[in-house]
Amino acid sequence: MKKRVVITGLGVVAPNGVGIPAFSEAIKKGISGIKFFPELRDLNFSCQLGAMPIISEEKKREYLSDLQLRNFNSSGILYGVIAGMDALKDAKIEVAKPEDEPLWDLGIIFGTGTSGIEKFREAIYRIDDKNVRRLGSTSVAQTMTSGVSAYLGGLIGAGNMVTANSSACATGTEALLMGYEHIVNGKAKYMLCGSTSDSGPYIWGGFDAMKVTTYKYNDSPGEVAGPMSAEASGFVPGSGAGAYLLESLESAQERGATIYAEILGGAVNNGGQRGGGSMSAPNSKAIQKCITDALKNSDVTGEEIDYINGHLTATIKDPDEIENWSIALNRNGDEFPYINSLKGMVGHCLAACGSIEIVSAILQLHEGFIFPNVNCENLHPEISYLIASEKIPTKFQKKSLQIIAKASFGFGDVNACAIFKKN
Amino acid sequence: MTSEEIYRKLEPIIKTYLPEDISAKEINRSSDLTRELNINSAHLVDIILDIEDVFNIEFKNEDMEQLRNVNDAILLIQQKISI
Repeated sequence: MKKRVVITGLGVVAPNGVGIPAFSEAIKKGISGIKFFPELRDLNFSCQLGAMPIISEEKKREYLSDLQLRNFNSSGILYGVIAGMDALKDAKIEVAKPEDEPLWDLGIIFGTGTSGIEKFREAIYRIDDKNVRRLGSTSVAQTMTSGVSAYLGGLIGAGNMVTANSSACATGTEALLMGYEHIVNGKAKYMLCGSTSDSGPYIWGGFDAMKVTTYKYNDSPGEVAGPMSAEASGFVPGSGAGAYLLESLESAQERGATIYAEILGGAVNNGGQRGGGSMSAPNSKAIQKCITDALKNSDVTGEEIDYINGHLTATIKDPDEIENWSIALNRNGDEFPYINSLKGMVGHCLAACGSIEIVSAILQLHEGFIFPNVNCENLHPEISYLIASEKIPTKFQKKSLQIIAKASFGFGDVNACAIFKKN
Repeated sequence: MTSEEIYRKLEPIIKTYLPEDISAKEINRSSDLTRELNINSAHLVDIILDIEDVFNIEFKNEDMEQLRNVNDAILLIQQKISI
């Protein structure tokens, strides 16, 4: 018998709000976390805007000890630890005490793209300086991809599978679906899932070089053309982390836990870098198949979807994504579900985008609202040709939602789509 | 430098790496760093680096093998300073 899986805890470290209350308020009001960074200007970046969560020294010390913070230089691990521990706390699950056995029924799948890139930079300088012996003991832990899941595993005392997945911008959505499968198959009772991404020029530089970021708003960070707008000219790179505590329905009911949503199912696939797909561009057929497979696995039809939390990056690919949703759901014009993208407010948080956006989607489902798709006064004509403009609210709307879809697509032609139901 | 002077500079270095459940009062000259003070063995390299910075000396791989307790550290430091 397949287990049913629900979400009982959320945590988020986003450029426009750290912690669920601040983030929830920010997305309702359409508050942007996008800012101008003089450092990026000084480094000759085309896009001198970025989106970065603000974490005080005091806040750091709530989560990590002085010893753990000694020579600590990994923003991604910090964000992931805060989001992950917040999700656990929100679910009212206690960590294992030092003298206790590990929590055998609790696992972690927390992904990232690159870990501790600033720490890596420090290490590379030391090594090239023939001073490898001066690296200290934490270079490995901070720069390994599984650094974030390993830090969380130690703080919590997790005794089930503890790992980090990596699938570019689909990482967070993939992590959720991997955790879901683990519980469905009865291998764990709780799975802490999510994803994180480092901040700063060394993680963002490669995207700047590819010209997928926007160079047009360096003087006006509040006006960056949003996802789906006619003027969309590229994304603003972001960073942060999102986390969710997944739990079997029976366990959540036994504990009397708050249930944010049920995960009905989902699908992860790959376009094979064929049929128009490449390292950086998606194979549309694969995206459509990912969405239809997700619906099938969740036992729902396209008609039942009330709302879509899109990947929608504010690049020239936005109209293609809308077309793929429209074909996969077999809906268009007035019949199309509501859709929005968080990236107008937090930028493209790369490996963390899926998880931060899932948190935003679950909050909308749980509380019954749709956040504004900001800076999209002029809808892209190819999008308004496909779907009715009122399906993309640019103002906050109260709206009762029952079944919603979230998809993320990433480099390597990876796709992931998850379906959630209000509990 | 007397062993007492070395100890006074060494104690705060060791204190940094104590796990939360071990008090600094438990540090004495015969304390085994990993077994008695429960310092994570990975942190021994950090203790060595901190000692190098504070005493302006440099350890070799072989020196590290001799480091078990606080007295070992004091002796090693004395040897290095006197060179």
